[in-house]
Order: sequence, then C-alpha cells, then structure tokens
Amino acid sequence: MRSLDTTRIRAVIRKELRDYRRNRFIFLTMTIMPFLFLALPMIDVFLIKPSASSAMLDKRLGAALLYMLLIPVLVPATLAAYSVVGEKEQGTLEPLLTTPIRRQDFILGKAAAVMIPALAIAYTVFGLFLATVWLFANPIVASAIFHQGPVLLTQVLFTPLLAGWAIWVGMAVSARANDVRVAQQLSTFASFPPIGLVALISLNVINPSFMLAVVLAGGLLAVDVLALRLVSSLFDPERLVTGMKAVRS
Amino acid sequence: MTTAATVRLQRKGWGSSGSRRSRLWKVVIDGNVVGSIHNKEIAELPVTPGRHSLEVRSMRHLVSPEVPFEVTERQILGFSCHPRSLSPIILPRWIVWLLATLIKNDLWIDLRPTTPARSSGVPTSMAHQQGDVKGDPTGAQREPSNAGSDMRTRAFADARAWGDTRAEPALVVNHLTKRFGERIAFSEVSFEVGHGEVFGFLGPNGAGKTTTVRTLGTLIAPTSGSATVAGIPLSPENGMEIRRRISVMPESPGLYLRLTITENLEFFAGLYGLQKVGDRVKDALEAVNLADRASDLCGGLSKGLRQRVGLARALLSDPTVMFLDEPTSGLDPVAAFEVHDLINGLREKGTTIFLTTHRLDEAEKLCDRVAILNTTLRTVGRPEELRAELFKRALIVKTHAPLSDADQVFKGIPSVNDWSSEGPGSYVLSVSDPEVAAPEVARSLVGSGADVLFIGEAQHSLEDVYLELIDQEAAANPR
Repeated sequence: MRSLDTTRIRAVIRKELRDYRRNRFIFLTMTIMPFLFLALPMIDVFLIKPSASSAMLDKRLGAALLYMLLIPVLVPATLAAYSVVGEKEQGTLEPLLTTPIRRQDFILGKAAAVMIPALAIAYTVFGLFLATVWLFANPIVASAIFHQGPVLLTQVLFTPLLAGWAIWVGMAVSARANDVRVAQQLSTFASFPPIGLVALISLNVINPSFMLAVVLAGGLLAVDVLALRLVSSLFDPERLVTGMKAVRS
Repeated sequence: MTTAATVRLQRKGWGSSGSRRSRLWKVVIDGNVVGSIHNKEIAELPVTPGRHSLEVRSMRHLVSPEVPFEVTERQILGFSCHPRSLSPIILPRWIVWLLATLIKNDLWIDLRPTTPARSSGVPTSMAHQQGDVKGDPTGAQREPSNAGSDMRTRAFADARAWGDTRAEPALVVNHLTKRFGERIAFSEVSFEVGHGEVFGFLGPNGAGKTTTVRTLGTLIAPTSGSATVAGIPLSPENGMEIRRRISVMPESPGLYLRLTITENLEFFAGLYGLQKVGDRVKDALEAVNLADRASDLCGGLSKGLRQRVGLARALLSDPTVMFLDEPTSGLDPVAAFEVHDLINGLREKGTTIFLTTHRLDEAEKLCDRVAILNTTLRTVGRPEELRAELFKRALIVKTHAPLSDADQVFKGIPSVNDWSSEGPGSYVLSVSDPEVAAPEVARSLVGSGADVLFIGEAQHSLEDVYLELIDQEAAANPR
C-alpha cells in the first residue's frame, strides 16, 4: 500500500468538520442523541438498591454501562452514510474526483472526520457518566461501578473500534447507495452486532471478562482493517459518477 | 544544450494490435513508467544522453530483464520486446499465460537491443515530429505512415519525469470508445489538441461530450482506444499524475454551499497539494472578479456567481489543460461575456482549453478549432474550414420585385453555376468565386431592368455547419 498523503487527508478532514459545524441539524443530532443513551444507565444507577447482592449489582451496572457502547455506533453511522452519496447528491463528488486525491486518502479523510466527533462525544458522555456517579451516586453503587474492570476496559477499548465499524459500514453503504435516505437507513444495520452483544451479556449468555474484552477487541480491530479494504474496493468513481459499473476491455 | 537521444522500442507478439491479447505493456526507463506500448507497435522515447536502463512490464506484472544501455546525443537506439516463445509449445497459449501469471519472474518477456536504427543526423522520430500535417495545429505527426505494415509508431515525450511535455500536443485521442454495457457513449473518437488551443467540442444532448470529458479527466475508464492527456498516457496508474496537470469544471459547479468561497477554494487547493494556498486562492478569485465576495457563503450566490467560483477552482492549480463542460450554461449574457473574456485571457496565457458547449456562437467566437460529436466524431476543423467543406460558395441576390425571367438573367452569366429562388425577389446563386461573380450578376440584373436591393456572399454560421452535419446524420440513420 502506498504511503498516505497527510496534506490531502487533512484537507478533507478540515472541510468536513467545517461543514458539520455549519449544519445545525447535524450538530444537534450529534449531541442530543448520545445524551438520550446516557439516560438509561443513569436511571439504572440511581434506581438500583445498594442493598442488592454484589453479584446483582455487578450484573445490572455492567449491562447498563454497555448500553453506552451504542453511542460510538449510532453517532457516526448516519454521518458516514452521508459521506459519499451526500457528495454525489450535492454535485461535489465529480469535481472532487478530478483532483489528484487518491481513493484511500479520500476515504481515510472522510472516516477520520466522522471518527473525531464520534470519539469526542462518546468519551465525553462516558466521562460525564463516571463523574456523575462519583459525585452523586450511592457510594456502594459508585464503588461497584469503578470495580467493573472488564466493562470499563471495554468502554475505553471498544469505543474507537465500534466507531470504526460503524463508519466502515456506513461508508460501504454510502459508496453504493443512490440516495442519502436509503444509505442512512441501511447504515443503522451497523448497530445490530453491538446491540446483539449487549443483549447477550444482559441475558447472561456471555459473561464479561477481561480476556473476552481483549479477544473481542482484537477481532473487531481485524474486522475494521478488513473493512477499510472492502470500502476501498467498493469505491468505484465510474459507478459513482455515471451510476454504471466500470466495464473495461 | 544537449539534444535528446531516442529509444525506439518495438513490441512483437501474438495477435493484432487491437486484440484483447495485446494488452498494454508499460515501458519503464530508470525505474519510472514513461509510457505504454501495444502489440505490434513501435514506441519512440526521447531520453537524455547518458546511461539508462530499460524494462518492460505487462499488465499482469510480469517483467522483462532490466537492460542497461548508454546513448549519445541524437542517437537512436533500437530495442525489441516480445513474450518469450516456449517452443515447441504443446500447451495452449492461455495456459502459458496462466503459468506466467502464477510464476512471476523476468523470464516471460524478452527484451533485447537491436541494431541502432540511426546514430547521427536528425533522428527519424524527430523528422516525423517536424512534419506539417493538415489539421494538426502543432505540426506534430503522430502516426507516420507505415504502408504495408501492421506496425504503428508512436512518439512519446521525454516522459521519464514527464517534464517537457510541450513538444507533444496537449491532448491526443486515438480511437477512443466508451460503452456502458450495450449502450455506446462515444465510439472511435480520434483528435488532437495543441498546446494553447481552445478546442470546442460540440454535439447534441446524449452525443457523448460529457462522457468524453470524464474519460479524459480520468474519472471513467475507456472501453478501448488510447489517449495522452497533458503528455501523459491515459491509464489507471497515471490517473493521479494526469489529474495534477488538468482541471475539470463540470456543468454544475458543485460547491459546498455551507462553506464560503474562500473555504471552498482552500479545500480544493489542499486536494491539489498546492503551496501558498492563500496567494493562489486570491489570484484565482481576482481572475474571476470575485475577490470582494471571498467570505460569502456559496449557498447565497447566484448561479452565475457559482459558475465563476467553479472557474476560479479550475484555475487554482494553474493547469496545462482545462476541461470546461458548458461553462456558460444558464448564465445571463453579461456573465457569459465575462466567462468568454476569461477564456480568452487563458488562451493568451497559453492554457489549453477543451470546451464543450451547446452555444454555437460561443464556440465560433472562442474556439480555434471545433469537433462535432454525435457518438462518433462527425468532423474536426477550424470553423471556416468546416463551412468551406460543407457549403458551396453562393451569392444572395434580392430585388425589389420578382424577376420576370430569372432563368434567362442568371443562366447567361458564366460565373454562375446554378441558381434557386428563396422567395419573391430573393435568389441564391451558386458560384465558384463570389468576387468575380458579383459584378457580373449586378450588370446582368441592371441590364434586365431589375431594381437591385442587395447582392452579397452567403454567410454560413457554425450553427449552419452543425445543423447540416446533424441533418446528414439523421438522414443517414433514420430511426
């Protein structure tokens, strides 16, 4: 693989971030939705009885924390879904593709521009949650949360990996879709695997452990790397510009 | 100043030059891809005198051995390359190729020096390039005749660094075809555009103009044929290098409406990897008279202003070739006039402009030469040449009252070949030389007692040329 062109990647990131900032709708959905996902674990934390058994506390708080993993999946999914097909719809893709930017630089620039706000929001919300618990929750409950080693590790480790997953799914859909709305709806499929995982943990089918977190993180990292290649191969300028698949002699 | 030497590489092998089997091979000098070569073709590559190495690579990444060589000034050094023969071959060729693909080494392509073609005087390749070919504005002959041979010669610029590409036409298009499945967008299109030329590309809707621009702009791949854009052979691996040297302004300017004009241009300057972005943006905005609107959001601009921002974007990288796809589409006359002025300014600066337009008056006013496309190329030439080619010279005669016996008046004039009536008191006379015929016609009309209102040569606009060609096409292919 050729070396990356950081100048061009930076140009894409800067443009995307400027565009988000100027779009009130994007800004609001980006910030409001994560706080809704914060509500469920907060309610759990403040409603749970400190007198509950230690195992019960661990289980309920662990599952509540895992809900926050949906933030790095849901925040970037719609933005990533807009990334390519949105350019196409506003007529900016063709002039962009006539510049000397390489496919992978464009894709990485777009992905990074989605990743940056997604991580900032996910970690901010998680930080807010921990701060609120530390300051206002019952000390027994707070202590139970801060002793959730594997779950806390999962939060830190999985946030960028899940965001990466959502971005690649969204961009893959975006590279092939002909309509922004279709792309954004399809990109919500990205949230299915993490939702499934949270459900399995909540239903006690999988017991969260340090080893499981590391293994899953490794697996997700591999999936993210493979997904980058897949998105690169799906990004066919001819198809995007003409709506028809490239046919070469 | 040193005079370039030439490497003449001949590719031999199976199949004809146009067959699938004759996939392009890349020619590599000193580790850099400098061109490509089809089967049964001769490539002439200028190189600086000194020591170099030559290598050939197939599309399947098979390589020839690297052959070192040394050339002196004006020397022509010959090489030949071909797939290695595995004779006596029992295996079918496709199995041989499959094996070759699997076992990648330098044994599958043979490359060896042949006797130098000529080592003094003017090299033959340069003699070809100095030829004056009708219709070729650069005077460069691309394909010298090679009667009786299937071998075609192509000259390349000294493309080792693709440095001096001015010796070649800015655009060379050779039998280019693009199909989308069964649908043909354009077929067998060939033309050349010289440096600094404004080349008009005309045609009805769906003729393939925009697809041609997209193909030459490396956005889409041609189905067959070849092209050289800004001195660089059109191929997927050269796409980035070509895009560095060109700019394309699509019909719709495609601006980010939530960003300001400056932010839009800064973004594209970043994509071109330009230095001194601020200065470049300022220059481009001044060129299109938008410097005072630099901080306006693009979403608030009129269509004309957006078009001008699109032009400023196309100017940013100081391109060798600019593709302008309907640049005045939807503009009011004043805005269109400004765009025309800008194009004229670019022509004076030496920028090659490939202009697609529906506005025939615009093409006539701006273009040095025009091509008319209707899936296939109908004609290429200067507007006046096309007029002369398509229309016989004629005199228009108008009289106050219809002539009582027009046939007698006109038939007696030796310089008049034929005549027809276009209405009461209006006649069109077919003549060989209007300057000779006009006084004779005047005398004859006065002699017959007619009151002459007007005698003048029939003027045909580019629009007439265009409509005539399209009509001819429609008559030839009735649907």
